Amino acid sequence: MSEEFKIEIVNPEKSFLVKEDVLEVVVPAYEGEMGILKDHISIISFLKPGIIKILSKSGDENYYVEDGIIEFKNNNLSILTSSIFNTADMDKSLQQDLLNQAEQESTKEEITDQSKYLIDQKIEVLKTLN
Amino acid sequence: MASLDDLKKRIASVKSTQKITKAMKMVAAAKLRKAQESAEKGRPYSEKMNNFILNLSSGISDKENAPKLLSGTGNDKVHLCVVMTSDRGLCGGFNSNIIKKAKSYFSKILSEGKELKIITVGSKGNDQLKRMYGDKIIENISFKESKNANYFDADKVGKIVIDKFESSEFDICTIFYNQFKNVITQIPQAQQIIPLNSEDSEDNTSEESYEFEPDEDEILSNLLPKNISTQIFKAMLENSASEQGSRMSAMDNATRNAGEMVDKLTIQYNRSRQAAITKELIEIISGAESL
Repeated sequence: MSEEFKIEIVNPEKSFLVKEDVLEVVVPAYEGEMGILKDHISIISFLKPGIIKILSKSGDENYYVEDGIIEFKNNNLSILTSSIFNTADMDKSLQQDLLNQAEQESTKEEITDQSKYLIDQKIEVLKTLN
Repeated sequence: MASLDDLKKRIASVKSTQKITKAMKMVAAAKLRKAQESAEKGRPYSEKMNNFILNLSSGISDKENAPKLLSGTGNDKVHLCVVMTSDRGLCGGFNSNIIKKAKSYFSKILSEGKELKIITVGSKGNDQLKRMYGDKIIENISFKESKNANYFDADKVGKIVIDKFESSEFDICTIFYNQFKNVITQIPQAQQIIPLNSEDSEDNTSEESYEFEPDEDEILSNLLPKNISTQIFKAMLENSASEQGSRMSAMDNATRNAGEMVDKLTIQYNRSRQAAITKELIEIISGAESL
């Protein structure tokens, strides 16, 4: 019996990634990292900034996301996100740009606790990438 | 009758106009292909987003305390209309069609004694609306610098709308845009985005039970603002495809008209040239005869 399921990552511009031979996906869900295997219960959750790890037969891939929503249903994992980067394609300057932007935002005063938390998270993840 | 010289000049000018419209048509055709492609590519996202929301809102336990973006404020006093048009002209009836649709909606609202607020996206809409509804326009957004419709711009508009909603500046929000059907047909649309129209949710009664993490309400309140931006982005994509399509057919017509005009003027030119020659000949012959 195969242990594979399908993943689809969609961003507003296009269908970002479709893979059929995924063995496991680790997503940075809002309440902590979550690993998804085949025949997981149907779930909807949203993402905080972090790394999506995709383990598949054709190789492993890592993606950096800033936000998003995931839905798992009938062995189909859909991820909707507005900003996603393949960590392999990310160069230092892009990382630095995102980091600067996030740091700038975190110094703003009228920021809510929740978004402050998200931005801190973002900064942390970006720093670990470097 | 115009002199030969004048006719010649007119023919030349119509010909150069024709060259311009022909070039614009080609450019529009190239851009249309791109815009259409991105409109098609953008569809899965907004469809999926819609599905999420439908799944979530059907699973929501407490309808009374549902997020206001979904259920509305309970009032319908103040209407916000987001009119999305292009930044450039020469695209046939594209802008006028949206404006016409919007205006009829405006007058309906005003005749019901409700308050109206307008946000225009794109400078052409602002130009056309400010004469009649200048005092109603609260914001004018234009993305002249961005080459293609992108999500970042849509998100900006979405944030403005949500900010205004949260500070209770309006109760109902409607967006106006052109839906791209094909090159010749674009359908002006009025789509209500706040509160979310649940009319089309009937066919989607999936019995699937989901696990939610965190709970439904929190996910919904996070998802709904994103959905606003997504809907606006969808409208922007449809609009840009429609704009290019509309421009293409308008320029095609213009080129054809210019061609017809050149033909007509050329005939006129040849006739008057012939008439002048005949006249000269008659003069010479009658001069010779009188000797």
